Amino acid sequence: MLILECPCCGVKGEETEFHGGGEAHIRRFGPGSSDEAFHDYLFAKENPRGVHFERWRHVNGCGKWFHVARCTQTLEVFGSYSAQTTEPPQDIKDAITAKRPGWRWREFA
Amino acid sequence: MRRYSAFAVAREAARYHEGWARAWRSPEPKTKYDVIIVGAGGHGLATAFYLGRNFGITNVAIIEKGWLGGGNTGRNTTIIRSNYLQDPSAAIYEKSRSLYETMSQDLNYNVMFSPRGVLMLAQTEHEVRGYQRTAHANALQGVETEFVGPERVKELVPIISLDGPRYPVLGGLWQARGGTGRHDAVAWGYARACSDMGMDIIQQCEVIGIRKDGGKIVGVDTTKGAIDCDKLGVVVAGHSGTLAEMAGFRLPIESVALQALVSEPIKPCMDIVVMANTVHGYLSQSDKGEMVIGGGADGYNNYTQRGSFHHIEETVRALVETFPMVSRLKMLRQWGGIVDMTGDRSPILSKTPVENVFFNCGWGTGGFKATPGSGWGFAELVAKGHSPLCEDFGLNRFREGRFVDESVAAGVAH
Ligand SMILES: Cc1cc2nc3c(=O)[nH]c(=O)nc-3n(C[C@H](O)[C@H](O)[C@H](O)COP(=O)(O)OP(=O)(O)OC[C@H]3O[C@@H](n4cnc5c(N)ncnc54)[C@H](O)[C@@H]3O)c2cc1C
Ligand SMILES: [Zn+2]
Repeated sequence: MLILECPCCGVKGEETEFHGGGEAHIRRFGPGSSDEAFHDYLFAKENPRGVHFERWRHVNGCGKWFHVARCTQTLEVFGSYSAQTTEPPQDIKDAITAKRPGWRWREFA
Repeated sequence: MRRYSAFAVAREAARYHEGWARAWRSPEPKTKYDVIIVGAGGHGLATAFYLGRNFGITNVAIIEKGWLGGGNTGRNTTIIRSNYLQDPSAAIYEKSRSLYETMSQDLNYNVMFSPRGVLMLAQTEHEVRGYQRTAHANALQGVETEFVGPERVKELVPIISLDGPRYPVLGGLWQARGGTGRHDAVAWGYARACSDMGMDIIQQCEVIGIRKDGGKIVGVDTTKGAIDCDKLGVVVAGHSGTLAEMAGFRLPIESVALQALVSEPIKPCMDIVVMANTVHGYLSQSDKGEMVIGGGADGYNNYTQRGSFHHIEETVRALVETFPMVSRLKMLRQWGGIVDMTGDRSPILSKTPVENVFFNCGWGTGGFKATPGSGWGFAELVAKGHSPLCEDFGLNRFREGRFVDESVAAGVAH
């Protein structure tokens, strides 16, 4: 069972209290970008077996969006953090490194 | 290969069954093959089989990290049907369904194909219109289906409750030639036939790297060492993302756990397959008497082969309304598989950015029914570089906006 903590209201709950919103930290490409960049933005997915960054929403709670760093293989949660950031904060990265040395996810490591 | 027959059963019965040979060899890998297939699920094995049968390519290895058929092939609820909406889907699923009809004879292996009929319930006005549309599309595609009313539904499924409080049964899409098959036997039958053609099935051997030179395939690194090949076919379902990463590109695929469960065995009570898409449940009875129940897919990427607990509750809760007798059943066991979901709910059978590397994936929650057709088309793609069956399922369809939208036909997991 997946247990998440909402960083917005501090409530901890199991997964039915939340709703998954898919891959996090996606850079949005719009008109004027290359076909390649636009295609990747829309379709190319990070689908790792291991460390993953996602958006979640506290639907049955405060209703706010936030980010989660999680292992897709073990469901271990490394931490949750604000949605108002384009990159995982250092303390989250450190928490992952402590458990999964040498991890990589897109340009983050 | 010793053929299986009634005579062989009688012969072995007369000598304590000591003469049965192993169904396939377990060789050590050679240093090089013409074609390597990664993944010995049904689709990988079927691909290898048709490479040999249809194109005479037999210097082939099928590399499997676990045991053959141990992925989604051995974990699905075995529904076989071809009542999809779009023409390219109808073509490949109907080819597949028709190959199932003669598979036991073709492979000399009883795959227990049981064309008992598949009924997809319409429980909202919207669904009624949707299935009527599908029935019309199927008529144009030459796929035999029919929209039936509630009385016929009750005739087909006596245990059903037509006027459930929330979701009354308003009709259904009936495909009399759909049904079920024995999933393991499909994998075992293909494996035996491949081995007999001289192909090497290498189990307990994980592919951990893909070697290329100037954008062209050279071979794979495995837990049993490096193996070279001229062409590589990757058929690893839920693990397609990790293999694509090894090859240096990303796919429009996300992996999630999908689960199923069976009840304790009971006396025969339902002799067709019923799918209830609105309430997200589907049901059939196995030869052993268990009610086989398909559940929902997880709402987030994962590789746990387990699935979230609450989906069991949701599925069973929904089924109890339409099949009240389900409330009296005890659950026997539950399991999960990792399914590979694309945005348009259609598969990918495609060339890739790496020359001579081909991917067959994205079958998601519904690829067991497609096993022979997928192998047939993908073998042609690998052998000749193009295949009419696979043409519309290329990776380029995303870039070009030519989706094969089956999110209605495949709205529920099956
Ligand atoms: C619960 C459930 C119910 C389903 N119900 C239905 C249904 O009723 N009808 C239907 O049509 N479909 C159904 N499906 C979908 C169906 O099971 C799949 O689409 C289909 O079986 C996929 O077959 P495959 O051969 O592509 O994949 P798999 O059988 O998963 O084979 C892939 C193989 O690749 C191997 N592999 C992975 N990574 C590596 C590596 N690095 N090196 C070597 N080998 C590797 C795996 O071990 C695995 O054996 C269901 C699926 C599930 C999980
Ligand atoms: Zn909250």
